[in-house]
Amino acid sequence: MSELNELYQQVILEHNKTPRNFRKLELFTHDADGYNPLCGDHYHVWLKLDGDTIADIGFQGNGCAISKSSASMMTSSVKGRTVAEAKELFEQFHSVIMTKIGDPVSEERIEALGSLGALAGVREFPARIKCASLAWHALNAALTNNQSTISTESAKD
Amino acid sequence: MIRRKTITKHSTTYPIDSIRNEFPILGTTVHGRPLVYLDNAATTQKPEAVLKVQETYYREQNANIHRGVHHLSEVATFEYEKARGKVRNFINAGDTKEVLFTAGTTAGINLVASSFGRTFLQAGDEVLISAMEHHSNIVPWQLICEERGAVLRVIPMDDNGELLMDEFERMLSPRTKFVSVVQISNSLGTVNPVRRIITAAHAVGAKVLVDGAQAVAHTKVDVRAMECDFYAFSGHKLFGPTGIGILYGRQELLDAMKPYQGGGDMIRSVTFERTTFNDLPYKFEAGTPNIVGGIGLGAAIDFVNTVGLDAIGAYEQELLQYGTALLSRIPGLRIIGTAAQKAGVISFVLEHAHPHDIGTILDREGIAIRTGHHCTQPVMQRFGIPATARASISLYNRTADFDALAAGLQKVQEIFG
Ligand SMILES: Cc1ncc(COP(=O)(O)O)c(C=O)c1O
Repeated sequence: MSELNELYQQVILEHNKTPRNFRKLELFTHDADGYNPLCGDHYHVWLKLDGDTIADIGFQGNGCAISKSSASMMTSSVKGRTVAEAKELFEQFHSVIMTKIGDPVSEERIEALGSLGALAGVREFPARIKCASLAWHALNAALTNNQSTISTESAKD
Repeated sequence: MIRRKTITKHSTTYPIDSIRNEFPILGTTVHGRPLVYLDNAATTQKPEAVLKVQETYYREQNANIHRGVHHLSEVATFEYEKARGKVRNFINAGDTKEVLFTAGTTAGINLVASSFGRTFLQAGDEVLISAMEHHSNIVPWQLICEERGAVLRVIPMDDNGELLMDEFERMLSPRTKFVSVVQISNSLGTVNPVRRIITAAHAVGAKVLVDGAQAVAHTKVDVRAMECDFYAFSGHKLFGPTGIGILYGRQELLDAMKPYQGGGDMIRSVTFERTTFNDLPYKFEAGTPNIVGGIGLGAAIDFVNTVGLDAIGAYEQELLQYGTALLSRIPGLRIIGTAAQKAGVISFVLEHAHPHDIGTILDREGIAIRTGHHCTQPVMQRFGIPATARASISLYNRTADFDALAAGLQKVQEIFG
């Protein structure tokens, strides 16, 4: 498979076309913005924590196929997990996509990411790694910075 | 789908092959493909003459200028000042005193905003910029307007990317102190009617800066015929090195303006009580300048003059028409920036593919274009799009470059369907 086909796999193109959880949450406990000023990609992520569990998650915004599909897959894979599990997943994901070109990533590590493993092809495209991690950084920021009471206020823009 | 346009008489006399041979980088490959460089609005490639003169300078002429009595310092000073003279001729400035070396367009605009602003702008005065300005012709004016209590107003444009000139003329009043506009838009390709803008602005007593970053490599500029008060451009978009640029300013204004930065070279005498400033242009050139950059820019200007801006302009217009026609035939492709007067910039969006993805796929074909907001976020907002893909032309591009681009875009569409 060529590097381009590896990057733009069917599953990625499909998430890009019909992103999951592509909606604003009316009731949320945490939220944050993810913005890449260099390319203009911009997403907002909303979370509803139930105790320690991510009971619901949604995102909206605009950007390239990599950032949008990554955000979509992220929401699918962290929904129902605990905060600690989500952060652990982010770390695993991050370490895979940050692997230097030429350094092999073991199939097991990609496998362990589940559907997120489809984004591993991005490591051949250094300029695009930020696209793949944008929504994750927003999720991380939301989990780290926010109030934990449910808010129905619209998020800052 | 690719159809070659019959080559017109002009193209056959334009020495495209020998021009391309002057640019070593054009013979390189990217991802195993011959480089197709269509990102000239970001920066241009450098011809042999520019590469050579910089090497010669460092190997044989390097010294600080305007300071030493020794041989090398005299040679370096001579070469640097000779380059200034070339710039003066190139833009037809009245005197080399009016030709300031800067770090680039951005530096030149900041100099004018800061120095003109601190000298002349009062609370309630108005500064006009256009809706298609580069961030470098927006932010310096925001900063100085805030500092001086002046008001920044924006000349609107229509859906083709043409300024609404009637609207502009209605905005002018005795409160208007400054108008700063781009000659050719880097994100839309629009060629603005700067002559008309200047005449109207002068009629209410306002001064005008023209941002020529995208103009000087494509069209003959005559600052005296244009009657602008200031004209800024960058060497690196004119086949010269990075980190060097030019600010032209009318002498009476530069004389009246406060210095921008203080330091060596810009003074006549310094005591702790009082400093008197050097004559133009040195009053605005504090510190050791980019000497090799200036000399490189001089060589770049010689190169452009050898080809000739009339020939370049005509050739690029043909390429622009060819590229526009070719890209227009691609289903789902929309060109952003459709002004009647356009230079060699084709910004576009594709229905199903984000510009960033287009850029990555084209890169694997060896094709360099720019994707993003092009430092013109308000333009993107005006057109309701997050970004565009942009192909921009220079004197060494060929119709084959657009054929490659069109084929690359077909690949994008195969992936994004
Ligand atoms: C129209 C315009 N103005 C200003 C600039 C800024 O030029 P520089 O970054 O060389 O200072 C650019 C470069 O992108 C430009 O295209």
